[in-house]
Amino acid sequence: MTTGIESKDVLKVAKLAKLQLTEEEVKRLVDELSQIVGYVDQLSSVDTTNVAPLDHVLDVTDALRDDIVISSLPRESALSNAPKEDGETFLVPPVLG
Amino acid sequence: MTDSAVELTRGFKEGKWTAVETTQLFLDRINANESKVHAFLSVDADRALADARKVDEKREAGESLGRLAGIPVAVKDLICTQEWTTTCGSKMLETYRPPYDATVVEKLQAADAILIGKTNLDEFAMGSSTEHSAFGRTHNPWDLERVAGGSSGGAAACVAADMALLSLGTDTGGSIRQPAAFCGVVGLKPTYGRVSRRGLIAFASSLDQIGPLAWTAEDTALLLETIAGHDPADSTSAPREVPSYSDTLNQPLKGLRIGIIEDHFEEGLNHEISQAIQTLIQWLEDAGAIPEPVRLPHSRYGIATYYVVASSEASSNLARYDAAHYGYRTSNEDAAENLEAMYERSRSEALGNEVKRRIMLGTYALSSGYYDAYYLNALKVRRLIRDDFESAFQKVDLLLGPTTPSAAFRAGEKSTDPLSMYLEDIYTVLANLAGVPAVAFPCGQTGEGLPISAQLWGPAFEEGRLLQVVHQFQSHTEWHKKRPSFS
Repeated sequence: MTTGIESKDVLKVAKLAKLQLTEEEVKRLVDELSQIVGYVDQLSSVDTTNVAPLDHVLDVTDALRDDIVISSLPRESALSNAPKEDGETFLVPPVLG
Repeated sequence: MTDSAVELTRGFKEGKWTAVETTQLFLDRINANESKVHAFLSVDADRALADARKVDEKREAGESLGRLAGIPVAVKDLICTQEWTTTCGSKMLETYRPPYDATVVEKLQAADAILIGKTNLDEFAMGSSTEHSAFGRTHNPWDLERVAGGSSGGAAACVAADMALLSLGTDTGGSIRQPAAFCGVVGLKPTYGRVSRRGLIAFASSLDQIGPLAWTAEDTALLLETIAGHDPADSTSAPREVPSYSDTLNQPLKGLRIGIIEDHFEEGLNHEISQAIQTLIQWLEDAGAIPEPVRLPHSRYGIATYYVVASSEASSNLARYDAAHYGYRTSNEDAAENLEAMYERSRSEALGNEVKRRIMLGTYALSSGYYDAYYLNALKVRRLIRDDFESAFQKVDLLLGPTTPSAAFRAGEKSTDPLSMYLEDIYTVLANLAGVPAVAFPCGQTGEGLPISAQLWGPAFEEGRLLQVVHQFQSHTEWHKKRPSFS
């Protein structure tokens, strides 16, 4: 079955996912996503009338804990894997141009 | 020495050997076998021996010793370790050194185990062959031209190749059980919430679980009871007591009702696997269990449901790789002055094809206009799948079927066809979707000498029942004693 996925759809999704794709990748993903989405489309044939979506497999309720201050990660550790930092903050390119 | 972890720690506690001797033995085996198998992404002999020395000193000082005292354990490289890089098999985290240990790693250390290495995996655990690791594929010890399975391929292969007796993997859709099947070892995916995931790098949070791999049910029980339990730092972990799985291994099987999943013996299943499981069913019946046919009508929708749910969650979880806080950042000049370009360039340069594919699929399924049709609908079908299990477990105590449709396939055979790779997980994804525990264990061999695996499933938190059956099967059969010939 045809899912109608085209290059423009792949490019739009890539933008949302913050991925920059080569022309070859776009071409390949049109084919692969069409194939996978075509397969996944079988779910539309299942009768899900009056079926609630399953958010949690087990019956879990809110996990609350006492509001006590506990130690957090020291700044030095938090920054230790940063690609760029100045000892106090993470450094990134200008956010507002 | 011994190839039982239970005996290894007993012998250590009795003074038959030291932790340093044991650790050196496994390091020697790694030296001999690792170049053929490539199960590990890092091995640190000096650190492992230093840790072993500390455990030896503890024993010499007469201090009380933990449950895994003196046993070398391998840990999948998706689990955070403060003293070792944790790469997730990705260029994105090639040099990442977590600022803390995962709770399961803390528990291993508290039990006096010795961390011997970090094992190979498909990048971010996305794959069924460990061919998608950014650092080279793992070879199956039974046939080096074949895949070890995935994503915990290194975790299974290191046990099969005698380089560790206990190994921690992770399972989102079969990532412990399928490699365990391909490598002829036991692999257990615990109930969702049984084991803390603090420090497990997230793939699909509603499905991921950490679990043990070993040769025997006895060793699997030992490792599971060490790592299981509630963790205040993981609010999805269940506040339930952990039973002693080791203590119930010999409870009689008489009267145990075992549902044979008929849907899993239909088209697509290899004939030799089907036959081996029929022999297993006969054995169970002789042991006093009561097999009866069961149907899981929605199980045919497992793969489709899984790939929508898992990819959607993955696309969200992997948004954290922003090249700002940790991980790879592009050195491209265009990205130096432009934040968006930095994100896009860094992610595109550092993530592999399979990971990009899943992020794209998940983003598509969650995007405006498609959310209801794909993601929301998949969650509804997920409920129907879980309800199938609930109905089945009202009639039977356990469910039985194959782990994989075929034995280990050849490297390269499926890596160019994503959908055929996804269908590898056809029998395993259901346990993750339903949140129930399942164990894969060897129960035969193909004519070519490759391991065949059966899968047992239980109701939530009934891991003990699974291990009880596997243990007694192993007490009467030899499949778990078969070893690949290369070593």
